[in-house]
Amino acid sequence: MKEITVLSGKGGAGKTTFAAALASVAQNAVFCDNDVDAADLHLIFQPEIKESHSFSSGNKAEIQSESCTNCGLCAEKCRFDAIHFNTKKQYKINPFQCEGCRLCERICPENAIQVFENTNNSWYVSNTRFGKLVHAKMGPGEENSGKLVTRIREKAKEIALDINADFIINDGPPGIGCSAISSVTGTDLVLMVIEPTLSGLHDAKRLMELVRNFEIPVFAVINKYDLNPKVSENVIQYLSENHIRLAGKINFDKNVVKSIIFEKTIVEFSPKCNFSKEIYYIWNQITEHFSV
Amino acid sequence: MKIAVASGKGGTGKTTVSINLYFFIEKFFNKAVQLVDCDVEEPNDALFFPGAETKREKEVFLSVPEINPGKCTFCKKCSNWCEFNAISIVKALKFAGVNADLCHSCGACLEACNFGAISEQNQTLGQIKYLDTGIGLGLTEGRLKVGSSMQTSLIKKVKKETNPNSEIVIFDAPPGTSCPVVETVADADYVILVTEPTPFGLHDLKITVELLLDLQIPFGVIINKAGLGNRNVYEFLVHYNIDILAEIPFDKSYAGKYASGDILENIPDEIEEIYKELIQKLELKLALR
Repeated sequence: MKEITVLSGKGGAGKTTFAAALASVAQNAVFCDNDVDAADLHLIFQPEIKESHSFSSGNKAEIQSESCTNCGLCAEKCRFDAIHFNTKKQYKINPFQCEGCRLCERICPENAIQVFENTNNSWYVSNTRFGKLVHAKMGPGEENSGKLVTRIREKAKEIALDINADFIINDGPPGIGCSAISSVTGTDLVLMVIEPTLSGLHDAKRLMELVRNFEIPVFAVINKYDLNPKVSENVIQYLSENHIRLAGKINFDKNVVKSIIFEKTIVEFSPKCNFSKEIYYIWNQITEHFSV
Repeated sequence: MKIAVASGKGGTGKTTVSINLYFFIEKFFNKAVQLVDCDVEEPNDALFFPGAETKREKEVFLSVPEINPGKCTFCKKCSNWCEFNAISIVKALKFAGVNADLCHSCGACLEACNFGAISEQNQTLGQIKYLDTGIGLGLTEGRLKVGSSMQTSLIKKVKKETNPNSEIVIFDAPPGTSCPVVETVADADYVILVTEPTPFGLHDLKITVELLLDLQIPFGVIINKAGLGNRNVYEFLVHYNIDILAEIPFDKSYAGKYASGDILENIPDEIEEIYKELIQKLELKLALR
């Protein structure tokens, strides 16, 4: 069983479009939406949720005003600037800034601080027309998206082993921070979607720096290839100088937006368009890579 | 006045809107305006100011603990206090180790240790750069070290670099809705949400709206790439009575200019007109004058 993660660095490069398109061509695969912050794959997959779980993203501290003597020790020691003196002249903890480290609870001389577990996140196992999908919904402003990514990837792996799947396809998050790191760790191949813009190339380079540390093979695809031919040339030059395989080039196509509106993958919506043909070609390269 | 530009979904046009706002506020408004790139994982604002000169650059650090094995009694209090599983102690082996990648630099272990065995050392978190763009008070950029997962800590530090002389600060936020976004928008006076009229744009807009309602920060929406997609975003905004600040039409040739970083040169009249109106709206809304 091989795990493929679709990443891009820059947001909006086309990760979800590609992950969904791969779903139409891959056989015997399990899918996992690692972009837990702003998960969109389910909009195409239209999952039928079979299991639902809550996920604790850590703790949030709260000051019990009746026991608090306003000594200010907690505010002084909090390194996240989460404890402020409010207009009623009481110390209060801003839950959005609280990191859940529990230091304030432990040092409060009056035991006036309580900590609550935060279970504002959920993750799901669903049936879809492409097979099983593991996905999540984070509460707004939540922390620890990296830990949630790790959790759903574990579940996807468990399912894949259980049903003897050949592939796990992860739709990754943008960026290179905690959730991207959790998406890359232990995957067998990164499919990097590059938008041929200065930002897209800049962000792809930073992503490559991250992926290189993990020594994971990378296949690149250039999406919206015809947006700016000169920048696309620069992307190709960067890829060749860095010995990164260019697995496909896809022109900008308004059908992609239409397919999303109709809740279909591009391959389902427009099987004969260039994008769809290219997806088969890309997928062949991926499967050949693993069979060698 | 702090204005954050956020979106939920990536690639909707946060950076385009941020740099245009910065440019046009200076042009039409003559206010001391500063641009702060808070998308520290993938900072792109500087790409659009190719002639900008880096005036200052500094490395920023996170304090991570170091355990002195000579003083450590292997009592495990520090690892019990660490909520992030960053410390492992094995008494039988006289082993006390810190995994810096998991450390959130909360300082709990220092408070926990009764034997003075823990000190802190600096670990690079990234860089903060100040660029003179020739426009207003310039651009401040945070750039996370590749491999660091502590983007939120860096955003906090970047935001402290705001120029005290600034009258308007624009924070270009990272995509998503989790803690790095909250850190960026938390103390903003107003948030501009940039969306695109597609199902993905709408879905991610909804969760971002939910977040801003929770945070009780006033906001309005710019619909970028108008003409692509469908009308569902408009219906949502009208239904919830959310302000549409501007509509920027999708134009492949403008997208091509974005691609090569040239959007501040030869600005089409209709784009200039859109931003002029947008700024007038913001002016009324935020009593900027």
